[in-house]
Amino acid sequence: MDLQEYDVLIIGAGVSGSAIARELARRERRIAVLERESDVCEGTSKANSGIVHAGYDAQPGSLKARLNVQGNRMMKALSEELDFPFRQNGSLVVGFGEESLEKLRELYERGRKNGVERLRILDSDEARRLEPALSRDVYAALYAPAGGIVCPFGMNIAMAENAAENGVVFYLHTEVKNITRTEEGYLVTAGDRLFRAPVVVNAAGVYADVIHNMVSERKLKIMPRRGEYCLMDKEAGAMLKHTVFQLPTEKGKGILVTPTVHGNLLAGPNAEDIADKEGTETTSAGISQVLGTAAKSMEEFPRSQVITSFAGLRAVEESGDFVIGEAEDAPGFFDVAGIASPGLTSAPAIGVYVAGLIQERFPAPEKEHFKAVRKGIPNMAQAGGEERRRLIASDPAYANVVCRCELVTEGEILSAIHRPLGATTLDGIKRRTRAGMGRCQAGFCSPKVVEILARELHTDMGDITKSGGKSVVLTGCNKERD
Amino acid sequence: MGNAEERRQDILIIGGGPAGLAAALSAREAGAERVLILERDRELGGILNQCIHNGFGLHTFREELTGPEYAARFTERVLRENIPFLTDTIVVGVERMENGRKLVTAMNRERGMFEIEAEAVILAMGCRERPRGALNIPGFRPVGIYSAGTAQRYVNIQGRMPGREVVVLGSGDIGLIMARRMTLEGAKVKAVAELMPYSGGLRRNIVQCLEDFGIPLKLSHTVVHISGRERVSGVTLARVDENRRPIAGTEEYISCDTLLLSCGLVPENELSRSLGVTINPVTSGPFVNESLETNIPGVFACGNVLHVHDLVDYVSEEAAAAGKHAAAYVRARERKENAVGGADASAGIRLRAGRGIRYTVPCALRLSHLEESQLIRFRVDDVYREVSLCVYFNDTRVESRKKRVMAPGEMEQIRLKKEQMESFHDLHTITLCIETEKDGGKEADASWMKEN
Repeated sequence: MDLQEYDVLIIGAGVSGSAIARELARRERRIAVLERESDVCEGTSKANSGIVHAGYDAQPGSLKARLNVQGNRMMKALSEELDFPFRQNGSLVVGFGEESLEKLRELYERGRKNGVERLRILDSDEARRLEPALSRDVYAALYAPAGGIVCPFGMNIAMAENAAENGVVFYLHTEVKNITRTEEGYLVTAGDRLFRAPVVVNAAGVYADVIHNMVSERKLKIMPRRGEYCLMDKEAGAMLKHTVFQLPTEKGKGILVTPTVHGNLLAGPNAEDIADKEGTETTSAGISQVLGTAAKSMEEFPRSQVITSFAGLRAVEESGDFVIGEAEDAPGFFDVAGIASPGLTSAPAIGVYVAGLIQERFPAPEKEHFKAVRKGIPNMAQAGGEERRRLIASDPAYANVVCRCELVTEGEILSAIHRPLGATTLDGIKRRTRAGMGRCQAGFCSPKVVEILARELHTDMGDITKSGGKSVVLTGCNKERD
Repeated sequence: MGNAEERRQDILIIGGGPAGLAAALSAREAGAERVLILERDRELGGILNQCIHNGFGLHTFREELTGPEYAARFTERVLRENIPFLTDTIVVGVERMENGRKLVTAMNRERGMFEIEAEAVILAMGCRERPRGALNIPGFRPVGIYSAGTAQRYVNIQGRMPGREVVVLGSGDIGLIMARRMTLEGAKVKAVAELMPYSGGLRRNIVQCLEDFGIPLKLSHTVVHISGRERVSGVTLARVDENRRPIAGTEEYISCDTLLLSCGLVPENELSRSLGVTINPVTSGPFVNESLETNIPGVFACGNVLHVHDLVDYVSEEAAAAGKHAAAYVRARERKENAVGGADASAGIRLRAGRGIRYTVPCALRLSHLEESQLIRFRVDDVYREVSLCVYFNDTRVESRKKRVMAPGEMEQIRLKKEQMESFHDLHTITLCIETEKDGGKEADASWMKEN
């Protein structure tokens, strides 16, 4: 087994790992990201609310509070630099009944302490003027104009792609099996490879405890907290402008209803602590709970417009806060653990923070030619007439629609395949282009996408997977028998 | 389109499946000169191209054709008549112009983005399958869950198998056909589960696709869990009560690598909606009048985009009517006659779906535009045995036909005579309903009649 030497090894290509990779790539370092799945953004980062939280939830003084507010402030510029969808649509926390007012005031105070700007408490009429679709039962609301929505895949993939463009090497299908500390640095066995680096960053999501506990005696415990969601058709997406939360509970920010950056309506998540780190199944009770609770926020809730449901796992650490920093008994080993909500919002700030911690201990000179700007995949559905004509002129494949529900063209799919960290699976195409995310849920386009993937990757259709591993789409040819 | 002449059309047909083809042929036959078909797929024929089983055309051609053969009968005529068409072409927008014409924006590889102005537009975009998410089946999201039509494309067009051990949820016709196809191609189909106490598919398909192959049809059953993280490894079925809720304790695990869904079809009316066409929530298709014209004058609809059909023969017949009416509309506009109509129920006689009837097509009749008789298509909302199908003119029962059995899976039709309608004083509402013997026409007060 060849030994691959790096300056920094990052475990996990979710949104935290990718943000850290990109920030570290600003300096002269050899960096590798080790990811067990077939693509980046495959764990917690792919199944969440896609919310850019304003920052009034976290306890003042906590790492969550600080990084949330900082991440929120960074998001707009970052979305422009890296070309991913983000919209500052503002959020509302709604309270039912007079007694909710006190709780809203508490949130308001906490937000003020955390440095959230322009918070306001609205009475029922003001809230409904701002958001006419709100339920008449809403007594009062906390309004946070700083709240926003982001495409979670778009953001994660953009940061990873940009890191790759700046020299970070991504090893996919590379699960970390063992880490040992040696005089020369950490020896990491992953996939069928052996890596060595003086610095390891543990951004392994729900597995961050397993990774941490390989090198440290001060054990971490990550508890997966499942959240189930229902996504509704774009027809329902226009019903709401703001993200609407209900008052938070002990286990989380409660069930929200929000428009997504792509124009759908999303409801969820519930919160259930489970033992299984792979327990991303939805349950009938969970879906009922999500739809039933979300319906309370709106006067008319479009329950019949659900096009899909899914579940994600929040990586909750026992302490309740983010666990970020060098492990006390493992120098050079940096944890980025317990990144539950508001992890997505905080990711850009986590990247800067962790890169700073590493720079302090393991300084490296600035890179001369860091490329901070990344151009995303063109989006024919959202492009204006002139932009569409320009794209088609550049390549007629932009006039060949593959996914009719989301109006995704062959040109976009080709771009998704042939860029740094390009898509190799149906899910990879879906998250980069939205092909298959629409109302028919890939019924019409998946046979076409399978064909294009096979053609472009010079392989057989029978090798194409939904999401790597054993998830092959086709099991063989007609009339074959085992 | 290249030049000004091509840019202007009399009738633009969106969709080159069975509906679009039949509409084009009849529009041409009725004298429309400039007719153009836009088709999003690689070739004309629509979904028929992947329906390689036989049984098509019994009504139209009095013989049993396969889907591609049935489509070929129409495409050959389209070629013979020199009716132009563009394939691999998607319509991205339709707007009304001030002069009443329609502006259609489309794109394809050869021409990029282009616009066409048409006097009339015929909507013939067909339908799509209802996906898993809409059914809210709990469980993991592994590979191996396909809508039946997607599996049909893999098997019949690409020659590939989406799985080896199959459970089908839903007994719609495509699901039944695919249960047989998968069996013939070497897969083991373990069961077809149907939520309702009756099948949504044609009786002949249940016999020929399930019974002949010993595949069990489990009525009043649904999938309550999907197992398997990467690939489906099994599904759990459960019996449901009369409210379609799973009954605890009736769960049965079936190991399989594939779940096919055949749980209903939804007309694809996103373009229609963006144009302002009013959609009937029952059918998810446009409200239309006797001319199959929507609420927007000069915009017609036919085939599965209007309401989901079981038999392609009826699609062709309906589309031919739409083509003829569109041609008449164009002629009237040329003569500057006031052809403006639209499916405004207040503009004519209203058709109502009474007890036992889910919907009717059309939903409004203008006497002035009727031919000698008018065909009304409809579906019932449950299985009915030994009942009467009744027609009321206002509050008076004018017709009662004995029916041995009626089922939601089979589209029904009835013909009404213009003469009879004309001679009825102040006819404003026609109601179709189901009555049993003991009802005896006493419902003439119509108080129970559902709104259409």
